[in-house]
Amino acid sequence: TVEPLEYYRRFLKENCRPDGRELGEFRTTTVNIGSISTADGSALVKLGNTTVICGVKAEFATPSTDAPAKGYIVPNVDLPPLCSSRFRTGPPGEEAQVTSQFIADVIENSQIIKKEDLCISPGKLAWVLYCDLICLDYDGNILDACTFALLAALKNVQLPEVTINEETALAEVNLKKKSYLNIRTNPVATSFAVFDDTLLIVDPTGEEEHLATGTLTVVMNEHGKLCCLHKPGGSGLTGAKLQDCMSRAVTRQKEVKKLMDEVIKSMNQK
Amino acid sequence: MEVVMRADAKVRVESGTESSPRGPGCSLRHFACEQNLLSRPDGSASFLQGDTSVLAGVYGPAEVKVSKEIFNKATLEVILRPKIGLPGVAEKSQERLIRNTCEAVVLGALHPRTSITVVLQVVSDAGSLLACCLNAACMALVDAGVPMRALFCGVTCALDSDGNLLLDPTAKQEKKARAVLTFALDSVEQKLLMSTTKGLYSDAELQQCLAAAQAASQHIFRFYRESLQRRYSKS
Repeated sequence: TVEPLEYYRRFLKENCRPDGRELGEFRTTTVNIGSISTADGSALVKLGNTTVICGVKAEFATPSTDAPAKGYIVPNVDLPPLCSSRFRTGPPGEEAQVTSQFIADVIENSQIIKKEDLCISPGKLAWVLYCDLICLDYDGNILDACTFALLAALKNVQLPEVTINEETALAEVNLKKKSYLNIRTNPVATSFAVFDDTLLIVDPTGEEEHLATGTLTVVMNEHGKLCCLHKPGGSGLTGAKLQDCMSRAVTRQKEVKKLMDEVIKSMNQK
Repeated sequence: MEVVMRADAKVRVESGTESSPRGPGCSLRHFACEQNLLSRPDGSASFLQGDTSVLAGVYGPAEVKVSKEIFNKATLEVILRPKIGLPGVAEKSQERLIRNTCEAVVLGALHPRTSITVVLQVVSDAGSLLACCLNAACMALVDAGVPMRALFCGVTCALDSDGNLLLDPTAKQEKKARAVLTFALDSVEQKLLMSTTKGLYSDAELQQCLAAAQAASQHIFRFYRESLQRRYSKS
């Protein structure tokens, strides 16, 4: 397109978008749990074309001295050159670092897993969950896809039972007895793009993000509590517009939770 | 010769409580701003909020690397240096927030294919750091003469476990709080430019904090105006 912004404006005037969606409609969301057999938990999420895969590996670590009864959750988001032409090889770029920090904040704020649950023996041994999120296809709305993938993967994680042998002081791992993690809340992210300072559209694609004048991401859990309101600059929003975003985020949270519960139920039935 | 003006302001809320020492209710800490204190950058400012202090320097509009140039507007860059240690992922995230806030107000279209660099150095951190960085960045951009559509300011709000609202929290208050919300508001209509939050809170509490932040931003904008008036009236 010669004038991408004008092209988009013509669609927005009719309250729809070039791919046929309404302004408040999400792309088709699909999730696949447990696909990576070598990981302790994994999930693949597709939001339209945007694809993110999350793998969780659990390892042992000594808890830090100022928090002896807490384990660790270490998220890392990788945006390889595979997913989009704008990323190069080498150290993580700004986009990857910002997304990693966002996921770390969501885990911390929403208390999705209490770090005390990851402790095996206070002061001596605790679990550390390395959550690696890799984007396979970048078509906008990476934050929503990553949050969903993380949540689905954590629900899929099974940790073996660990006992500390009194005599040898070594940890004994019982691989036959595995239990799921205690996931306390279900935070779901909803992203919006602001166009021309006034119009709000939900779930922007890569091109829409590029043309937008601002973005906003709301992370909500099932009790209606906000875990994160991430608005990195961009055009100003009034309180009323924020309120509309909140109500959309609430409905989205319910849709995603339903989808997740269905997938987990079908997994457990196997 | 450049005149270095020190402008102090004690902020009082309409209910009439003095802001230092801080009593219960919504009030901001004592803040001060000093402009044009560095000789090399085109514009510089130091912003103090209570014990939190940030030094900002602005270079621009200046030459930009061909790989980073944008054909129709200025490329904005923000570098945030913590007080101790090397900048990490958290600093990158804050740089992105400050950069996008500046991009929303700076009239980049007037200086295409140039770069405007904002460098922030944390001198001391006693709570509300991001808000202080935003204020320092705004004052430094004004000092450099970069054309802007509006001024912006940063306000931090903390919600404690009882649901009480506290503006401009100290480091201790931030640690004890259930949620800490930082907003950047513009000066024209107090619209929300940037927001970043920590902790859990409800929708109603968000609107409450936003309203309190908008009221507090009026004080900050008045302080900007007074400090600039004092600076330019002498010379």
